[in-house]
Amino acid sequence: MPIEIPKDKWPGSVREITLGATAADGGTRTSTVTVGGEKALPYMHFEAQMPHKPVIALEIRDRLPDDWSTLLLEHWGDTAKDPAAWAKAAEATGVELLQLTLSLTDADGNPNTPENAVAVVKSVLAATGLPLLVFGTGQAEMDNVLLVAVAEATQGERLVLGICEDKNYRTIVAAAMANGHLVNGRTPMDVNLSKQLNILISDMGLPMDRILMDPTTGALGYGIEYGFSVMERLRMAALQGDSMTQQPMLVTPGFEAWKTKESKVGKDVPAEWGDWLKRAIHWETMTATALIESGADIVVLRHPESVKRIRVAIDELSAVPEMA
Amino acid sequence: MALSGIQIYKMLPRTNCKDCGFPTCLAFAMKLAAKQVELALCPHVSDESKAELAESSAPPIRLVTLSANGNSVKAGNEVVMFRHEKTFYNMPGLFLRVKDDLSPEAIKAAIAPAEAFKVNYVGIDLTMDGFAVESVSGDPATFAAAVKATRGATKRPLVLISGDAAVMAAGLEQLDGEAPLICSANSDNWEAMADLAKSHKAALTVSATSLDELAELTGKISAKGVEDLVLDPAFRQLNSSLIAATQIRRLALRKNFRALGYPMITFPGDAGDVGRVSVQAAQAIAKYAGFVVIDEFLPEMVYPLLVLRQNIYTDPQKPIQVQPGLYEINNPTADSPLLVTTNFSITYFSVANEVEGAGLPAWLLVTEAEGMSVLTAWAAGKFDSERIAKDVKRFGVAEKINKKQIVLPGHVAVLSGELEEDMPGWEIRVGPREAVDLPGFMRDAL
Repeated sequence: MPIEIPKDKWPGSVREITLGATAADGGTRTSTVTVGGEKALPYMHFEAQMPHKPVIALEIRDRLPDDWSTLLLEHWGDTAKDPAAWAKAAEATGVELLQLTLSLTDADGNPNTPENAVAVVKSVLAATGLPLLVFGTGQAEMDNVLLVAVAEATQGERLVLGICEDKNYRTIVAAAMANGHLVNGRTPMDVNLSKQLNILISDMGLPMDRILMDPTTGALGYGIEYGFSVMERLRMAALQGDSMTQQPMLVTPGFEAWKTKESKVGKDVPAEWGDWLKRAIHWETMTATALIESGADIVVLRHPESVKRIRVAIDELSAVPEMA
Repeated sequence: MALSGIQIYKMLPRTNCKDCGFPTCLAFAMKLAAKQVELALCPHVSDESKAELAESSAPPIRLVTLSANGNSVKAGNEVVMFRHEKTFYNMPGLFLRVKDDLSPEAIKAAIAPAEAFKVNYVGIDLTMDGFAVESVSGDPATFAAAVKATRGATKRPLVLISGDAAVMAAGLEQLDGEAPLICSANSDNWEAMADLAKSHKAALTVSATSLDELAELTGKISAKGVEDLVLDPAFRQLNSSLIAATQIRRLALRKNFRALGYPMITFPGDAGDVGRVSVQAAQAIAKYAGFVVIDEFLPEMVYPLLVLRQNIYTDPQKPIQVQPGLYEINNPTADSPLLVTTNFSITYFSVANEVEGAGLPAWLLVTEAEGMSVLTAWAAGKFDSERIAKDVKRFGVAEKINKKQIVLPGHVAVLSGELEEDMPGWEIRVGPREAVDLPGFMRDAL
């Protein structure tokens, strides 16, 4: 008698969210990206069809970053000095999305300005047809100024505005609402905080199909197990029908992995750590792998070699195997 | 399926003789159901009940132990699908495979760096767990020589791989008194492999590409008296291997399906390309493997894999803590600044990492905060001025530094007043809230 495989039947599902808008929908993107829609735990093809694969975003900056690993700076070279050129090069790696992160200051140490932020975002939008995520500096007051200006100057593009946190969500959400954008709600590795921020954002009237949730993660070796389990729990809550956890999840393994010592430092480290560049790629790739296993819909990476590996992994995981 | 207290009660003598130390048979049954006592406490239980109860109390995923020369690797005994439900217990063993088309010298050379590999992560030494030897020659003598060379180069447990029982027998003869794992029994060779496993006390891998076939084989083999089995659902793609691993674990845990209640082995090394190998190995670690076999020893890949394993198998109820104490970062001198934080490992590592990464020398005082982060510990009263002052004394901080100045995490700025009272003569500075801003603060403000 054949074995009866236990199958989960979940009452809930993840919301579908479309990033970017083409000319027909009031934007200028040449393609859009839809994520979410899962009705089962990740890649359980024998239980439910997975309507959309997870997607990869590559992170670029509005200027040459001064806190990035030299490995990344060496890889991108002069391209990283021009956001438009960087965006084109990033698109060429085959990612579906770009994440543009704004800096606190310009190269001379002067505070970033809304005029500069808008100019950079526009140049990136002109250089690539991919949907864009624009992330602020991480300082709430500064982000309120920069992201509002960006939102207004790019009306209708369905950009994703981040980082939208409990400290500043009101301003960012209002700007997204008024200008046809989405937000990325970030909370620090806690199921209830994720849910609470989704509630706060939706209470302001932003439709739920314009909210991504970013539960935050740690890098491999630096707390990834917390991010991993919070994501598994959030996804289960979503499938169980908890409406305020049903947002697709975005995580930033590139940012996390590349700030670890293992990725940043090549000298005076144990010989057992092996080759620096190869190790850094493994660090980013394995961080991202664990997160796509736990339910990530969007992973933001930094190195093209990691993009290549995670692309292969996502394609292989998302293909429906014969056995299912 | 685990039996309820009432079901167990019906199998007991029901005389309430109290010989077990409990007032009634029912009370004893309830303790048995909760796995808090052993059945052996009851001297009157029938052999028939004993057998039935032993069967029901067996773990849903059998514990398989490989051992050699006092080293052992355990897999199985897992009780949950997701680590947050309780924890994962036995970390998958990481094995390096060599093949017998290499000369004995080449085998020793391939094994040496992996055998010597030892890397420290949060105070834990991480190493490889063992080695696998595969026969590609098909020749018993060649395989025996390869196994002998391997055993000469390592004392760790071994996995022997050959589908040919005669070849396997020659390899096993080199490993007297050990408990290796042999690979693999399939529908053609299972009887001969089962005999070998039995006579050499080896664990046996069972390989098939459908769960039905796997279960049928394990049933036949365990009927021959070989109980230490390992499953190889022989899919080599991420999607099918994830689904097979999930289905096997679910059947074992939810249905107590004995025929698949064994740990699993995976062979990411088969993927060839290093990118795919690393991703497959990472998936195997996150999703249910008991043994993971790679073909190439690359320290830059093995280190993150071992760290991932450590992270996934951390008990969510007991966050890793670091030892409270005074830590030196970048060889500080008596004039270097003093920072203070809690002993939650992630807090400690974020702070230490930022300062270390920035190349700034500093003293970092890690206080006993029961493994909580700064804000959580403060809210719980485990990170207050009294405790900080006490640990400053306990770890002899004042003797190490010239300037009596201490930098508090920005999140607990509120403690600075009290701390001035508890530590007279000290200058209390308030640092940034986030570790990432520490290097800037140290450069500009200290």
